[in-house]
Amino acid sequence: MCRLFAMTSETPVSPMIALEAMDVMREGHDGSGVGLFLRDLGGPFEEIKDAPILSGIFSEAGLRRLDTFMMDVGFMTKYKITIKVPKKPPPGVPKRDIYLIRAYEYPEEWDGYTQAALNEKLLEIRLRLRAMGEEKHDMIVFSFWPDVIMLKEIGDPLQVANYLKLDRKELHARVIMAQGRQNTNYAINLYACHPFFIQGYASMTNGECTAFTPIREFLLSRNFPGYSGYQSDSEVFTHILHYTQTRLGLDISAYKHVITPLQDADIANHPNADLLTQLKQSCRRLIIDGPNCVIGCLPDHSLFMVQDRKKLRPGVVGGRPGRYAFSSEICGLDFAVPDRDKSQDFQPMHLDTVIVGPARQEVSICSQTQPLALLH
Amino acid sequence: MQPNATISPSTLSVKDLPWQILWHKDKCTLCGRCTAVCPVNAIELGVFRKRRVEVSLAPQGNSASSFEVYHGIRQKTDPAYACVGCATCSLVCPNDAIFPMRSDEADKLRYHINRGGQPRSRGGRRNTPGGILDQIKFIRISMLTDPALDAGRHEFEMRTLLGRILPPEQNLKFVNENGWIPPVREIYPLIIGGMSFGALSPNMWEGLQMGVAYLNEEMGMPVRMCTGEGGCPPRLLRSPFLKYVILQIASGYFGWDEIIHAIPEMVEDPCAIEIKYGQGAKPGDGGLLMWHKVNRLIAAIRGVPAGVSLPSPPTHQTQYSIEESVAKMIQSMCMAWGFRVPVYPKISATSTAMAVLNNLTRNPYAAGLAIDGEDGGTGAAYNVSMDHMGHPIATNVRDSYLNLVKVGMQNEIPIFAGGGAGKSGNLAANAAALIMLGASGVQTGKYIMQAAAGCLGSETDRCNICNIGRCPRGITSQDPRLYRRLDVEQVAERVVDLFLAFDTELKKIMAPLGRSTALPIGMSDALGISDYHAAQRLDIKYVV
Repeated sequence: MCRLFAMTSETPVSPMIALEAMDVMREGHDGSGVGLFLRDLGGPFEEIKDAPILSGIFSEAGLRRLDTFMMDVGFMTKYKITIKVPKKPPPGVPKRDIYLIRAYEYPEEWDGYTQAALNEKLLEIRLRLRAMGEEKHDMIVFSFWPDVIMLKEIGDPLQVANYLKLDRKELHARVIMAQGRQNTNYAINLYACHPFFIQGYASMTNGECTAFTPIREFLLSRNFPGYSGYQSDSEVFTHILHYTQTRLGLDISAYKHVITPLQDADIANHPNADLLTQLKQSCRRLIIDGPNCVIGCLPDHSLFMVQDRKKLRPGVVGGRPGRYAFSSEICGLDFAVPDRDKSQDFQPMHLDTVIVGPARQEVSICSQTQPLALLH
Repeated sequence: MQPNATISPSTLSVKDLPWQILWHKDKCTLCGRCTAVCPVNAIELGVFRKRRVEVSLAPQGNSASSFEVYHGIRQKTDPAYACVGCATCSLVCPNDAIFPMRSDEADKLRYHINRGGQPRSRGGRRNTPGGILDQIKFIRISMLTDPALDAGRHEFEMRTLLGRILPPEQNLKFVNENGWIPPVREIYPLIIGGMSFGALSPNMWEGLQMGVAYLNEEMGMPVRMCTGEGGCPPRLLRSPFLKYVILQIASGYFGWDEIIHAIPEMVEDPCAIEIKYGQGAKPGDGGLLMWHKVNRLIAAIRGVPAGVSLPSPPTHQTQYSIEESVAKMIQSMCMAWGFRVPVYPKISATSTAMAVLNNLTRNPYAAGLAIDGEDGGTGAAYNVSMDHMGHPIATNVRDSYLNLVKVGMQNEIPIFAGGGAGKSGNLAANAAALIMLGASGVQTGKYIMQAAAGCLGSETDRCNICNIGRCPRGITSQDPRLYRRLDVEQVAERVVDLFLAFDTELKKIMAPLGRSTALPIGMSDALGISDYHAAQRLDIKYVV
């Protein structure tokens, strides 16, 4: 099993808090890797919220290829964080040339683009860079999106964090998601590390998706270039989230109706029975079957957590107005937000979706048996 | 036969027959039950003359011989009366004095069952035991990283969809705009495949219907049964139980006058309409109900004269292309029930199935595709059709599914697989394999006949006389003296038994795979086989 930790805070906080919380839960992961997702950034990125930030790992040669490529497209570097690492990485962490976090200025030709067109272009660039990197094994790209930084590396989370000196002001963020990896079926490949990201939607998962193969086939056949990769079964959760919101125009409260629909008797008693029946039928190939705990982040900076129908994975949400954390274990929560009312901690069960909105003032719980928000 | 008698080319000895009757003189009571019950009159009362040599042990005594006569059972060797191995004689014998034994070598009879230039025709199934489905293993067992589920206590969603499902985007748009959304039925993934009223005896049919009704009404299992091509009894057409029935229309259109006229009086819509274009047992050949079975009842339901053979044409006579089939049949059937009933074609498995499927993808009225593999059964067909024609179901289903995946329509057109599921008795395992290869559900007929009514047929040519209406179990006979052997309520009970057992077994397969929220359609990563080429062909794992 992996361990998950996510936090949303009014004031930007250091990613170390997430990694230390991960360390508290170290019995639940084997230190085979860590993934970090930062959004609603503080520090220098606060001033350049609209500039797309490229996150990835590059070799010297890869960086040169990147520069040529980006210049050809017309991107100008606006700001970058330089991560200088000691000569010798800690045991189990591979030696890399460059951990890149770089904000760009959009090409001038893109000026008139609509938001939708921009989104498509950013995705396209990320996929092209990924393909270039896979060809020569000289670059790994995690995200290319405004106000989002991602970092993934093999090794023990806390050791990696210290090695990369992540406790720096530039990396402070209001939304942090971190995953400590327990390596299972797949060889360690950074593209298999959570969190996963696509066009503003991010998610990370604990557990194994037993329905992975049919879901992957369904997503691959949607004719959307971003639905690709799938080095990990958990990537499908991010893509299903993206699909339900962008393609189906559904609210987050409907996400769970897609991945774990109600059983027929419950649908019959639901105020939106007709819609849910249709949704269950037409999205049947997206039913996840779990066991999974999914923590995700939406473009509006909301954080959410859902469990699969079996509810076999741990997950708890708690905090105080202004700061909430989502954690695999209560000890992680205790570490990150000790000054909370613990009686309000909530462990979502098989029907619940827990959402902490962008205002970070309360935990809202929506059950699948409640009426759906109207389609937007 | 006398040693000096002439022998004709078709003169056979008992040894040349596929089955030899073993009869014990000392146990036999000469009650005559076996000869009375034999469906093919293969045995008769025999009068045997026996010489008795009496050797005197006295020095001057005369040795002599005497002749005596005893009575017993004689097996006929005329090819028209060859034993079919059904063993009904054993069933009725009070002293276990008689049973058929299979010949120790290939019979010579097969060269002679074509008298008058008529090749052998029979009922039953392909005479080839085994098959690829039995070799498929379920190899993805949930261990530690994702706990296996409790098949007995966990909740399982054992439902599949029959009907055209729109792509999610379009579906939600139509929900919002009140557009036409094709009818979809949520049904149990094991369907009783098309066996007609006529092919089956009234008792068998009624028993199946009762079992299906019980499963639906009392057990909450939405099991459906297809009528086959033979119409539907008028009372059933007008009863609420029609919703559990898939009405089949085939090239003979038998019974459809009655059905169409009953539409205004129907209180429920049927579950679906199946348009049969072909069947796996005799692909490219029409249905056949031989005259033996066309009595007054059957004739009335089918709307034909009694006592004549009813061969359906191999194709629907008004349709010579797929476009016509779709336009004329599927759409007009949809219209007949006000677009409330799913309509789908059933074809024989064939290397051209992809062409049919591709055409169906373009028509929103096509509710699915049923494919019947070479191992399907039939009430009557030429032996050559049954044994040598047709395409195996596994690759046909797999290719069709992967074809749909390629165009992104794997959820839109459900594929139903038939022909060979449960061939060796492993119905749940075979059905699960077909589902994981991409079928949305499985149709089965032979297994139902065997498990629910005690059909004696086998893949090694036992019995197989469904065509002549002499079924020793009364399953495929229209003779009341035969079908009264079958108790309607007991058939119903067995139907319920076998579905409940199937359900438990299917859960026992799904639970260790970690699947419960949805039927594992297309979960090919769970499948493995120790045949390398089969693994490559089916795109599943090769395991040894």
